[in-house]
Amino acid sequence: MADDHHGPTVRIYLAVFASLMFLTALTVWVAYQELGMFNDVVALGIACTKATIVILFFMHVKYASRLTWLLAGAGILFLLILFAFAMADYVSRGWLGMPASHYLQ
Amino acid sequence: MADHALHHDDHPHGLAHQFEDMPQQKESAVIGMWSFLITEILFFGGFFATYLIYRSYYPEAFFEGSSHLDIPLGAFNTIVLIVSSLTMAMAVHKSHEGNKRGILVYLTLTGILGLTFLVVKYFEYSAKIEYGLVPGLAWHPHGENSPQLALFYSLYFGMTGMHALHMIIGIGLLIWVFVKAAQGTYTAEYNAPVEIFGLYWHFVDIVWIFLFPLLYLLGLQAGGH
Repeated sequence: MADDHHGPTVRIYLAVFASLMFLTALTVWVAYQELGMFNDVVALGIACTKATIVILFFMHVKYASRLTWLLAGAGILFLLILFAFAMADYVSRGWLGMPASHYLQ
Repeated sequence: MADHALHHDDHPHGLAHQFEDMPQQKESAVIGMWSFLITEILFFGGFFATYLIYRSYYPEAFFEGSSHLDIPLGAFNTIVLIVSSLTMAMAVHKSHEGNKRGILVYLTLTGILGLTFLVVKYFEYSAKIEYGLVPGLAWHPHGENSPQLALFYSLYFGMTGMHALHMIIGIGLLIWVFVKAAQGTYTAEYNAPVEIFGLYWHFVDIVWIFLFPLLYLLGLQAGGH
């Protein structure tokens, strides 16, 4: 049957699946390498890449309306706000000699 | 009764009255599901933010805690979920064709893979209980960093437990979609329930995509820090 619903084809699904498997193998392999702080950066980079692939193709966002894009984007934007504001607080707590900062030592 | 007859003449199967046509109805369903997924993203986001904060405070305890997790089992479950996402995507694909048998076959595969994931998780949890690595229930570490280690394991059980609960709910929803599909409810025009269930399933897969490296793979660097 012709692909008349503007969704991905089976071939695209298989390519997506192969990429996800490759990235899973890559993230395990990288974890065994000594990269210092870059272990985290690479692991999160690979996880974000995998998530993006799943969202775009398996969840059809690449083929969806702009309103769907807006909602998916809003979810990620507010997640980043959550991380940024929480970390801005916790990371900076020891910077000034505030009365409560000894709790963190 | 005249209204009833009119309903069947004018409305395609599955189209609710408030919608203009099937594409508009499906678009609304997808947008509704994404609205729900935003709340889910932020729900798990709270866990991830907590993880981020305590990991930055106590990196050594987190490396040590992580080194007790079973990487082969975690990697196996990652693969199981990725395959289940493929079979779920195929079920949605078959629903677009109105292919009832195709939907049933791929939903069955997805369900089996989901159960496989939970069985592996059961064995992992059993091992943690056996080794006394469950904060509050069976906690054996007595070292200096025992409280920080307990924090890692609290997050491990909180995050993987909440993820597993989502898998269990997902399998419940899968059975419901399966029964509806078996009754011939879904056609090439009306298949939004399969589609939005797929969105849920893929979302749960994405959560695991982040949990696996953050919880399991971290401990490999324990020696390097």
